[in-house]
Amino acid sequence: MNEMTTSGLVPAHTARDGDVAPVITLQGLYKQFSSKPDLAQRLLTLAGRNAEPPTVHAVNGVDLEIRRGEVLGLVGESGCGKSTLGRMVAGLIKPSAGTIKFNGEDTAGLRGARKRDYTLGVQMIFQDPQASLNPKQKLSKILAEALYVHKLAPRAQIAARVEQALLEVGLDPEYSNRLPHQISGGQRQRIGIARALMVQPAFLVCDEPVAALDVSIQAQVINLFMDLRDRHGFTYLFISHDLGVVRHISDRVAIMYLGRIVEIAPTADIYGHAVHPYTQALLGEMPDVQRRRRTFVPIKGEIPSPLAPPPGCTFHPRCPHAMDICRRQVPELRQIAPGHQAACHLTLS
Amino acid sequence: MDHTQTLLEVRGLQTAFHTEAGAWLAVDGVDLTVGRGEILGLVGESGSGKSVTGFSLVGLIDPPGEVVAGTVRFDGLELNGMDEAQLRTLRGNRIAMIFQDPLMTLNPVLKVGEQMAEAIYTHDPAISRAKIRERCVQALTQVGIPSPESRLDNYPHEFSGGMRQRVAIAIAMLNKPDLIIADEPTTALDVTIQAQILFEMQKLCAEQNTALIWITHDLGVVAELADKVAVMYAGRIVEYGTVEQVLSNPVHPYTRGLLDSMPGRAAAGSRLAQIDGMAPTLTGRETGCAFRPRCSRSAEVCARQAPEIEQEGERQYRCHFPILELAA
Repeated sequence: MNEMTTSGLVPAHTARDGDVAPVITLQGLYKQFSSKPDLAQRLLTLAGRNAEPPTVHAVNGVDLEIRRGEVLGLVGESGCGKSTLGRMVAGLIKPSAGTIKFNGEDTAGLRGARKRDYTLGVQMIFQDPQASLNPKQKLSKILAEALYVHKLAPRAQIAARVEQALLEVGLDPEYSNRLPHQISGGQRQRIGIARALMVQPAFLVCDEPVAALDVSIQAQVINLFMDLRDRHGFTYLFISHDLGVVRHISDRVAIMYLGRIVEIAPTADIYGHAVHPYTQALLGEMPDVQRRRRTFVPIKGEIPSPLAPPPGCTFHPRCPHAMDICRRQVPELRQIAPGHQAACHLTLS
Repeated sequence: MDHTQTLLEVRGLQTAFHTEAGAWLAVDGVDLTVGRGEILGLVGESGSGKSVTGFSLVGLIDPPGEVVAGTVRFDGLELNGMDEAQLRTLRGNRIAMIFQDPLMTLNPVLKVGEQMAEAIYTHDPAISRAKIRERCVQALTQVGIPSPESRLDNYPHEFSGGMRQRVAIAIAMLNKPDLIIADEPTTALDVTIQAQILFEMQKLCAEQNTALIWITHDLGVVAELADKVAVMYAGRIVEYGTVEQVLSNPVHPYTRGLLDSMPGRAAAGSRLAQIDGMAPTLTGRETGCAFRPRCSRSAEVCARQAPEIEQEGERQYRCHFPILELAA
């Protein structure tokens, strides 16, 4: 590549060897959002009545290791906390509790050059490239900004670096003079990827990166993600609600429900023998082009409001196998086979 | 089910959008036939003209758009050119529409019950209040909304996204329409909620023999739900037939390419078969076959001449070099 630090770059697919050091380690991670108390609540507090502001536990105790070179798919429905988790990993928001380690170091205590290694080493790709690109900046400026800000390349080399990044994501270098609205949605997503590549990261958090794209463009971008992984040995946290896409690209898959990981396993195990009833339900509802005139049988209920999650296992109101214990006790995430963990009381009995 | 009785017959539909630079055909000669109780999946990527087609059928195209040619026969009535007052007696009554975003179609300052009542008494002014309420409760029950009695007094924002879409479906079903046009109604919803909606739609269509045009980009949903499929590209239907014909044995290279590019067909981790390039913009369509620049089978004739509709039993396609060996 060039004179930049390449410490994050190792050959691809080393995750399958098993004992590789994790790039990202999450321990007891929590994130709560609460609204500011309004006037009535503040008056009540003054009067000595302590009113709890409504609190959403977006991420509710997550432990996770992402090994170097692997693609971890993170699946869940809207409101389950998957994007919040991704944003914490990328350092965009701070956890309420718990630690995030990058290459074994707690990111909360990083300073100076080491902090920069983390913030540049972990890059994020967003769902909506339209919203994440400044509409008034030319693509060349969007791509070059991080190089200027962090003084990563001499000025004379910046144009060449921009050109190289555009070529890498399959765009004509001529595009560098265009504005974001002058290119198509698929091309904008490529710019989002190119921008992340500019700072030579080791880890990419991709938050629904193909959800907004048409089917034929989706395949192009998925192929690009896989090419980049082969070329640079990137590690991905690939957040999506699309089980088909996740199966294709991931080495391991984690399923999230209401702020917790309910099942995590190698991809083949999740799609082959999922044990959590929620995972099974999701897989059952996955649309399939091979299936004809299906008789739809819906799983009952909606995702409960994260403001008032049900007690015990949060899935129990929708679960066909709910038992008494499910209403009382939160199931722990337990190992049920090598590399396969699930949080369900059923797996014990 | 017997879908042999034709309900809707569209021939040569053209919808143009007028700009300073001229008129551009977003829909360029669409033919469609929908039988009673039949579910047609109208599939295409963004910009293919699938939504404009749906809107054109019921006269919902606003300037600068205009339906410039074609006939739309609905149960013996000609809809294209019908005056607005007459169209209104059909819309929401015999033909209903469901849109992608129910927040846009539901009035935020009216209770759900009032909005539902409006749809009933507009078409039946003599009906009693008690009867209206009864039908509203029944409609909400049908789409699986718990405690419908009290839910009628809620505002749209008090429902979740999936619930709101079910309210929109309940409103569409109120007057037992013959035809529902649904424009990407589950695209914004999670898979478990989508399955609930599909379940309700399938049930209602079967019970009331309602025909359904399901406009979507999701081939998986169409495969599971529809009887017939029409694939649109650049304003034209490029392939039409039964789900079995179109999705199991596509003859058009575009349909084939779409199916091949879906993850799930290829081995996990392998490269997906992609269609290179992108769909042309409305103003950037070339002469001849619009798919030619992205097509691996194209030849010189494709640039010169747009392919005409070829008919083969129930299947129709527009292609000079169809993949016929696979269909055999």
